[in-house]
Amino acid sequence: MTGISMTASAAREGPASRATSVGPVPPWAALPILKALAQRLVPWIVPIALMTLWQVAASLGWLSTRVLPAPSEVVKAAWALTLSGELWTHVKVSAWRALSGLAIGGGLGLALGLLTGSVKFFETLLDSTLQMVRNIPALALIPLVILWFGIDEMAKLFLIAISVFFPIYINTFHGIRNVDPGLIEMGRSYGLSRWQLYREVIFPGAMSSILVGLRFALGLMWVILIVAETISAQAGIGYLTMNAREFLQTDVVLVGILLYALLGKLADVFARLLEHYWLRWHPGYQSAA
Amino acid sequence: MTLNDIKKDPAAQPCGVALSLRGLSKHYGPRQVLHNTCLTIAPGEFVAIVGRSGCGKSTLLRLVAGLEAASQGSIQLDGKEVNGLQDNTRVMFQDSRLLPWRRVIDNVALGLPPGSHAAATGVLAQVGLADRQGDWPARLSGGQRQRVSLARALVHSPRLLLLDEPLGALDALTRIEMHQLIEGLWQQNGFTALLVTHDVQEAVALADRVILIEDGQIALDERIPLTRPRQRSDPLFGLIEKKILDRVLQQPSQETPVHEPAWPPTPEHGLCQAG
Repeated sequence: MTGISMTASAAREGPASRATSVGPVPPWAALPILKALAQRLVPWIVPIALMTLWQVAASLGWLSTRVLPAPSEVVKAAWALTLSGELWTHVKVSAWRALSGLAIGGGLGLALGLLTGSVKFFETLLDSTLQMVRNIPALALIPLVILWFGIDEMAKLFLIAISVFFPIYINTFHGIRNVDPGLIEMGRSYGLSRWQLYREVIFPGAMSSILVGLRFALGLMWVILIVAETISAQAGIGYLTMNAREFLQTDVVLVGILLYALLGKLADVFARLLEHYWLRWHPGYQSAA
Repeated sequence: MTLNDIKKDPAAQPCGVALSLRGLSKHYGPRQVLHNTCLTIAPGEFVAIVGRSGCGKSTLLRLVAGLEAASQGSIQLDGKEVNGLQDNTRVMFQDSRLLPWRRVIDNVALGLPPGSHAAATGVLAQVGLADRQGDWPARLSGGQRQRVSLARALVHSPRLLLLDEPLGALDALTRIEMHQLIEGLWQQNGFTALLVTHDVQEAVALADRVILIEDGQIALDERIPLTRPRQRSDPLFGLIEKKILDRVLQQPSQETPVHEPAWPPTPEHGLCQAG
């Protein structure tokens, strides 16, 4: 790669040196800036080309609007939904469902993981049962959940909670088990109480693993939310898209899909920020600062 | 500084504790690591324990630290029998065992009541790292980490400091610097020091007495008559070093049949005994 770029720059410097002899200001002086700009722009070429192609194809009628409406139509639909306030209502409902499910399932997973990770008795008591239940896919529970909770909010929360529970539980458990025993021994010999040992040594030591669990859980959270909302809902992004399907509003369906993508990305960015803050001691997370 | 100086100087607080081991034995299953070891160390004395790897010297230190329980025998501090971890005893480990998620200053202040950062800053200055107190341990060199670990031990004003091969992983120059630092702080604070090392030169440079352990038993107890600060170029220094080293090497290496005790312990073991 470097070899190629070096020869390329050498080739460009040829006319540059000739230009210097002609005029006082070389026309290629801005070359490094242009090069940096090109580096930034290159990754956008394919998406922009695709969007343009899509737009042109839709405008010329090659694509039926029922199959794929033009990007401009999708933007228009999103704008209309934003103006009517509908978009915000649905996003709010969906985000609330996702986050409450995460709080309940993740909180329980964290608490139980801490318990089984730290106390041998609770591991013996609970771990084999939990490992067994873990092998049941959350989506396989849908018929049972509908029988138990109907098609209400409760059913959706339950599905999300149970699916985020396991990644957080397992990673917390393993995180605690993998805390350097030398550090625990040091803490004990330096007179830390059990609670201090937890706060200073065990919990921070397990943190990187817990955060891995959180990121897994966030990914699962959106998948389960989408499925749960398409079963039956009175509001939420899933309801928005299912409703739009009924009325053949493909543009609104696309808006819904893009919203899921956006929320998923947002959750991931949030998890990354948490990692950068809580693991800032770790050489792997220290940026140039 | 001799024992008498410490007793005379009331400012040297807290002064060292008298350590006495009576018939100390330890076995892991059928394997005997320490046999009936008896040892008396005067307050403020600096004792080095040398021996081949697997001879039981680290086990002896772990028993004194209260990190492990003896199979038989007793440990006495100032004539009182003790069991388990002691407040006036601190250990400096071979690997510095700093908490990577706490800044240097918080590592030193570990286990101190809140608001004792001033004390931690003071000790950090003593080990020459006052300007690194806001750094993460990952940013320090091996020698600096061991200095932080020394500061963390000293901030508790221990009366007995146990050093478990603390300089084993450092380069030769850093090690000499650390010798001077440890010796200076020991003279200043007057604690009793027990150093486990495989480096005979280090033992002769630092200790009042060098003890050789072979097969879980004390094989040699040599007083070092050199005045401090000790010069490695001193012919007498070399003579003593050679004498002890020859004695250590008399016994053939037992690397193959003897292993260090199971370490690290399984995590559940470490956790369930916590608190």
